[in-house]
Amino acid sequence: MAPQDLSPPRPGAPAAGARPARASGQPGLATLPPGRVRTVKLAVWLLAMLPFLRLLYLGFTDQFGANPLEFVTRSTGTWTLVMLCVTLAVTPLRRFTGWNWLIRLRRMLGLFAFFYALQHFLLWLGVDRGFDVAYMVKDIAKRPFITVGFAAFVLMIPLAATSANAMVKRLGGKRWQWLHRSVYAVAVLAIMHYWWHKAGKHDFGTVSVYAAVVFGLLAMRAWWWRKSVAQPPERRARVRDRA
Amino acid sequence: MLIPSPKWLRGDDIAASEITPRGVFESRRRLLAMAAAGAAGSMPAPWFARDALAQAPRGQKLPAAPNNAYVVTEKRTPYEDVTTYNNYYEFGTDKSDPARNAGTLRTRPWQVAIEGLVKKPKVYDIDELVRLMPMEERVYRLRCVEGWSMVIPWSGYSLAELIRRVEPQAGAKYVEFVTLNDKKQMPGVSARVLEWPYTEGLRMDEAMHPLTLLAFGLYGEVLPNQNGAPVRVVVPWKYGFKSAKSIVRIRFVDKQPSTSWNLAAAQEYGFYSNVNPDVDHPRWSQATERRIGEDKGGGFGALFAPKRKTLPFNGYGQQVASLYQGMDLRKFF
Repeated sequence: MAPQDLSPPRPGAPAAGARPARASGQPGLATLPPGRVRTVKLAVWLLAMLPFLRLLYLGFTDQFGANPLEFVTRSTGTWTLVMLCVTLAVTPLRRFTGWNWLIRLRRMLGLFAFFYALQHFLLWLGVDRGFDVAYMVKDIAKRPFITVGFAAFVLMIPLAATSANAMVKRLGGKRWQWLHRSVYAVAVLAIMHYWWHKAGKHDFGTVSVYAAVVFGLLAMRAWWWRKSVAQPPERRARVRDRA
Repeated sequence: MLIPSPKWLRGDDIAASEITPRGVFESRRRLLAMAAAGAAGSMPAPWFARDALAQAPRGQKLPAAPNNAYVVTEKRTPYEDVTTYNNYYEFGTDKSDPARNAGTLRTRPWQVAIEGLVKKPKVYDIDELVRLMPMEERVYRLRCVEGWSMVIPWSGYSLAELIRRVEPQAGAKYVEFVTLNDKKQMPGVSARVLEWPYTEGLRMDEAMHPLTLLAFGLYGEVLPNQNGAPVRVVVPWKYGFKSAKSIVRIRFVDKQPSTSWNLAAAQEYGFYSNVNPDVDHPRWSQATERRIGEDKGGGFGALFAPKRKTLPFNGYGQQVASLYQGMDLRKFF
């Protein structure tokens, strides 16, 4: 484990197989001073808030269009998926660039995915269904596309709840990491939800793009995992040190 | 010319090689126009074209006398919503696509071929069809299978009037409607979301029912392209997709025709597709609907607008329920 990942304990604690910065990488970006990281975090925070602020703006200026609930529900669903993709892209990007500070954006991005998912869920349950829980249960049992969407949302709750530093400590790095791998399942379920939503209308254009991105990001992990299993432990260490 | 124009105005200083040949110039303009209309692939219109299209003038007037036997008194859906929130996959799958992309549709010249099991098959010119009968204005509810609804004043006349003129043969049991299928005019046709051409159908008695409208306009104007110009059917007791748009062929047949949505997902879209709150779509309930534009504005207020209960046969049960007597409407959904 790279030393810079250990202190202070971050929720975005070392992902499986994360490598330390390449010595040959650009030193300017490979390590950022804490002040710069804070600036980057603020910028990313503002960017991630934009879809939410846009919805507020459109709402207050009466620009939700002909079917406001549909518009807002779809918008929040889309941004949930975007945030999930961006969150899943952190580790691969970090490996490719050697910019280890990227890991410090991951918790925030993951929480933004949950932020939009929560809005998406509440719009469906609260606004569309009028908080009719019995109806919700019936819908979840009856319609696969709702079932998987709901499952994805439920799986995100423990991840959001254990995102704080204190929770990483309490759970212990290994267990925390194991738990947070369920984000892979969340991403797959989210794609299924979107896919089935579009299936009846044979409209797979957009959802195919998201599916390709998610499966690409997951495939990289599978590849790295296979490589690390295939190598004997001493060699694994040597490769890591060299890299 | 008495006063010679300055050289820079005459363009004498421009080498002939630098002057764009007329053909090239025109093809560029065509390309721009196509891009503006989103015909370049199935992409939506680019940013530079959007404002221009948004300001497209409203249609020509199409005077029609209200027929009060067919006017529902509910609040009419604003023209803006009726013409910008459309399902018309030939122009893209997003509901804002048709308004943006349908500018490429040429509605003149236009012919409608009446063929199949009729004694007098005929190819009608669109203008002849328009003049066939006096225009009536009818205000119908429109219920989309997706769970939203509108109230729209259409201009047209009963399809039965046309059917009588072509004299169906005894063997004609169904009527098939075929929509234009032209890649050049319809960017969405390149995407294989449905079997093109879009095909719909009605049973003979449904097609002959006085409620079934052959429509040429809405809100007292010629149909906007995105609403199915120049001619479409409107079958108000069925889900909206049953009402074929931009019709080029009406064929009388002896067997139930294959219809586009039924071919795409038979378990979701039946041939009959009568509005029925008791038969759910596999992915959502049909018990309620969201009435578009019922609340003022499109902001937070409309977000929390309550849904309406969906009525059997979209509220036209009195007129049409008898057509389906003895049929299990769960089976023939």
